[in-house]
Amino acid sequence: MPSARAGDPIREFTGQAVSESERADLRKELGLDRPWPVQFADYLGGAARGDLGTSFIYKKPTVDVVLAKFPASFELVLGASLIVLLLCVPAGVYCAVRPDRLGARLILGLSVLGISVPVFLTGIVLITVFSVWLGWLPAFGRGETAALGPWTTGLLTRDGLAHLLLPALTLSSIMLPLFVRLVRSAMLGELDHDYVRTAWAKGASPFRVWIVHALRNALLPLVAVGGLQAGTLVAYTLLTETVFQWPGMGFLFLEAVTRSDIPLITTYLVLVGLLFVVVNTLVDLASLALDPRVSLEGAR
Amino acid sequence: MSAPATTTAMRGAIAFTRARPGALIALLVLSVIAVAAVLAPLIAPQDPFDLASFDILDAELPPAWQEGGEARFPLGTDAQGRDLLSAMLYGARISLVIGFLAVLIQAAIGISLGLLAGYFGGRLDGFVTRLADIQLALSTLMMAIVAMALVRAGLGGEALSLFAIPLLVIVIGLAEWPIFARTARAAVLVEVTKDYVRAARALGDSDWTIMRRHVLPNVLSPLIIVATTQVAGAIMAEAALSFLGLGMPVTKPSLGTLIRSGYDLMFAGSWWVTVLPGLILIAVLISINVLGDGLRDWLGPRRGAR
Repeated sequence: MPSARAGDPIREFTGQAVSESERADLRKELGLDRPWPVQFADYLGGAARGDLGTSFIYKKPTVDVVLAKFPASFELVLGASLIVLLLCVPAGVYCAVRPDRLGARLILGLSVLGISVPVFLTGIVLITVFSVWLGWLPAFGRGETAALGPWTTGLLTRDGLAHLLLPALTLSSIMLPLFVRLVRSAMLGELDHDYVRTAWAKGASPFRVWIVHALRNALLPLVAVGGLQAGTLVAYTLLTETVFQWPGMGFLFLEAVTRSDIPLITTYLVLVGLLFVVVNTLVDLASLALDPRVSLEGAR
Repeated sequence: MSAPATTTAMRGAIAFTRARPGALIALLVLSVIAVAAVLAPLIAPQDPFDLASFDILDAELPPAWQEGGEARFPLGTDAQGRDLLSAMLYGARISLVIGFLAVLIQAAIGISLGLLAGYFGGRLDGFVTRLADIQLALSTLMMAIVAMALVRAGLGGEALSLFAIPLLVIVIGLAEWPIFARTARAAVLVEVTKDYVRAARALGDSDWTIMRRHVLPNVLSPLIIVATTQVAGAIMAEAALSFLGLGMPVTKPSLGTLIRSGYDLMFAGSWWVTVLPGLILIAVLISINVLGDGLRDWLGPRRGAR
């Protein structure tokens, strides 16, 4: 049976050599001896003022601890998103307009592979090939970073960029196949429409028909699905950060979980939830701007 | 089952594999792994969950074909001296069991709700659809990570290792029911307008009978396609959770746990503990996805055929 104290923050906090009475004192000092409704009310009161508690591990306000890790995660996601965006549109369009070419079949075959290989294995394979065998790229951490005010960036140094490449590739490997397939099926859908036939009939060039007419409409669902994938992206970022020991928010979260740092865990979840709301609001506003059929007035 | 129905099914299966050789290979690979996993207690050289059956002195032995390998351990050993072949057989068994059971839960919840929503429509439909939207907006993997993390932080690693299998099944099972619900609802909406449903209603069949006896059998084929890819998703989710240390414990390793425990040794040269279970996991996932794609082309509406 699990012991009654399993997951007890005090035990994680103090280690073995501390006596029972000292522990009781500490418990009192941290307010952990109070009934849980009181603790929860206290927590909510603090949260309303932007105070989500103090980390047991770092002994600092949890909001500061988590936000200090935000730049690392953000730059990782940014790098991966750039790779996905730059590749998914050309690949998806190509697969839609030339479905019978060898290249298109190859891309679709690779996309099955990309969807099937778990993101942590992709990372392990990339590290083995590019860091261990070839020795071209670093495998762990963020490398040299530069400070821009409170923001630490790895994007301005050669070393930082070299460290970013493998994690960003890994993270994009799981999102890319999904988006290639999405662009492809959206394009296939658009190409069946009458306006495309009309464009062909009036003698428009293939580039004009595919890119100016069809692609524009095909990109609308991309934005909406992109928003829906935000949560999945957080999960995959967590896995990528674990493989590459990338000092981001996900890595911090797992450390907090293994060491039962409950204030840190809850703060991470609250902030990720907040991020999620912001991203989805932005996506809704973007589809409002892009699609004239969408309106804030609601249906009909 | 009558004989003609069986032969039709057989002929369909043969035509299916002929038209898609990739799907046949996938089916073969999957069958071999599944049979090996089911028979693990019979064919595995040792019981990897029994701490007394292996010795730390045998730790990190390479596969038998490499220098320093021993014939006792054909695929080498892990950091605790566990025979890797046995650990992989049992690990694949755990991964497959969790994958199938989780999808059973998803299907049970999703199909029931989707059937009810599509059949009765109205407010119930609106409620189920909203609920599904909300659930889908919260990513499955993230929900599972949060749930397992809270269990681990709240009850400790020991409790997690005791209840890991049922917890993983429930967490992964609860998170993805909307996929089934949506598919079932969409198919039911098409079916309920058909004459046979109206005929059954005119004959005085109850709603329950119509749903179970008439509608459900007719909406099964899209659900089977969905179920195939869902199994791959569930197995991948379990492996990801175990890799993060939030799933199966090292004392009862699944494929994900083995990959994680080997990852720490990999750069010291012990590549096999990570690479071999990783290959099996990838083989399982690719096979299921290829099979799913094949089934989709075969059973689904012909899209893009021109």
